[in-house]
Amino acid sequence: MPQVVIVGGGTGGSIVANQMARQLNKELQDGTVSISVIADSPDHIYQPLFLYLAFDQATPQDMRKPERQILDRHVRLISGEANRIDAEAQRVILTDGTSIPYDYLVIATGSRPAPEQIPGLVEGGHQFYTEDGAIQLRQALRDFSGGRLVVTVGVPHKCPVAPLEFTFMVQEWLKTRGLGDKTEVVYTYPIGRVHSIESVANWAAPVLEERHIETHTFFNMESIDPETHTITSLEGDTLSYDLLVAIPPHVGQDVIGRSGLGDAGQWIPTDRHTLQMIGHDNIFVLGDATNLPISKAGSTAHFEADVVAANLVHRLRGGLGMMSYDGKVFCFIETGLKEATYITFDYDHPPVPSMPTEMIHLYKLAYNRMYWLTPAGLL
Amino acid sequence: MAETVKIVDARGSFCPGPLMELIKGIRQEPVGTILEIWSSDQGSAKDIPEWVQRAKHELVKNFEEDGVYKIQVKKLR
Ligand SMILES: Cc1cc2nc3c(=O)[nH]c(=O)nc-3n(C[C@H](O)[C@H](O)[C@H](O)COP(=O)(O)OP(=O)(O)OC[C@H]3O[C@@H](n4cnc5c(N)ncnc54)[C@H](O)[C@@H]3O)c2cc1C
Repeated sequence: MPQVVIVGGGTGGSIVANQMARQLNKELQDGTVSISVIADSPDHIYQPLFLYLAFDQATPQDMRKPERQILDRHVRLISGEANRIDAEAQRVILTDGTSIPYDYLVIATGSRPAPEQIPGLVEGGHQFYTEDGAIQLRQALRDFSGGRLVVTVGVPHKCPVAPLEFTFMVQEWLKTRGLGDKTEVVYTYPIGRVHSIESVANWAAPVLEERHIETHTFFNMESIDPETHTITSLEGDTLSYDLLVAIPPHVGQDVIGRSGLGDAGQWIPTDRHTLQMIGHDNIFVLGDATNLPISKAGSTAHFEADVVAANLVHRLRGGLGMMSYDGKVFCFIETGLKEATYITFDYDHPPVPSMPTEMIHLYKLAYNRMYWLTPAGLL
Repeated sequence: MAETVKIVDARGSFCPGPLMELIKGIRQEPVGTILEIWSSDQGSAKDIPEWVQRAKHELVKNFEEDGVYKIQVKKLR
């Protein structure tokens, strides 16, 4: 009986499992195929709400559901942390020593912020890319009585629009708290414009200026001095801050490094179209875990999951599985507390943003509630 | 011995884009590494050297081959 093992029960892993389970319902019932998900957390977490958690507009309860409830009942949920993937022996070894054999492996372990890579950042800065981080930032924002709030962006990072969204949202939020006159918001970005996507940068630059948000481009944080409250870039600029909100550089998960499957940043070399791990016909990779030059976003994981699930099902039924991923990404962009826009692009088509509207903002809020249909494989 | 060159294939990358992919490579590789970034965006031939100069790394090569812009950068610090 072919065994499909999926490591990671986040957005990408759950969609693959559920889409496959729906199509292979009969085989699963007959016991001629098995699908397992290895998940290191009993809850599925909807990470985009961390942004709202920092502003006390969502609570930890709003962003979690038990993974068991999300997965099709024919999918086996293995609770535990994958400690090592042995691609030679075709096994995943869990931290408790359990060894799980596979015929096909799907790696969907995501990425994690690595603030420890920047000297002084853990002590001197805040971030909203983890639940704990967002909770601490919520308190810091609540206690903030004005001053210089610096937003700085590390490379690489997931959700490329969150830094800009946070910047716009925090300024409005501080105004509503009566701190508008007492606060300077500063935004820094690693490359020569305010966002990686040229059209988004062209739209955002005048908005930042109009809102008197001080902007520094070509700014890659190198170190933070928590004593003097300063941040220095590798380009040689130093800025002072009262409250520092950093998007830390990210790395792939440590299990990838321990298993020798990744590059220096623990990203897995992946074929940009087939989504197979380079050199491994029976290992598929999706979502944040790949080394592909595309946005690390839930939508990316979603579009990739469609391809991985379809090809795996086809192969299990004796086909070749030749569906190809075209690099598609879709992102909403919050432009304040009341309006939003969106962009979509792929390897061959550049993104073209549309004017922000209240409607798109309301849709994004609605999607935050409907998200659960996505890992369920329905939306 | 010829120095090995690490290829960073950022063709078709609108976000994060070729420069951001280069910065990622520079951040994670050791000093002395030569990275060759591939871009389908002509703008990279100008943007990348500009950053390389500011960040005080070394521009080794900057050329076009079959519509792909290839820029080699050596990590100096
Ligand atoms: C603040 C914030 C805002 C965001 N906003 C957006 C947005 O608006 N739109 C958008 O599209 N995306 C957004 N994202 C990004 C999005 O959440 C991720 O890109 C997406 O979740 C990636 O999916 P994934 O399946 O690759 O990884 P994840 O969803 O992160 O799932 C990985 C899973 O693997 C598990 N895991 C890791 N290691 C192991 C192990 N060793 N053993 C077992 N399990 C393991 C993890 O616990 C996790 O459950 C945002 C992210 C953040 C942090």
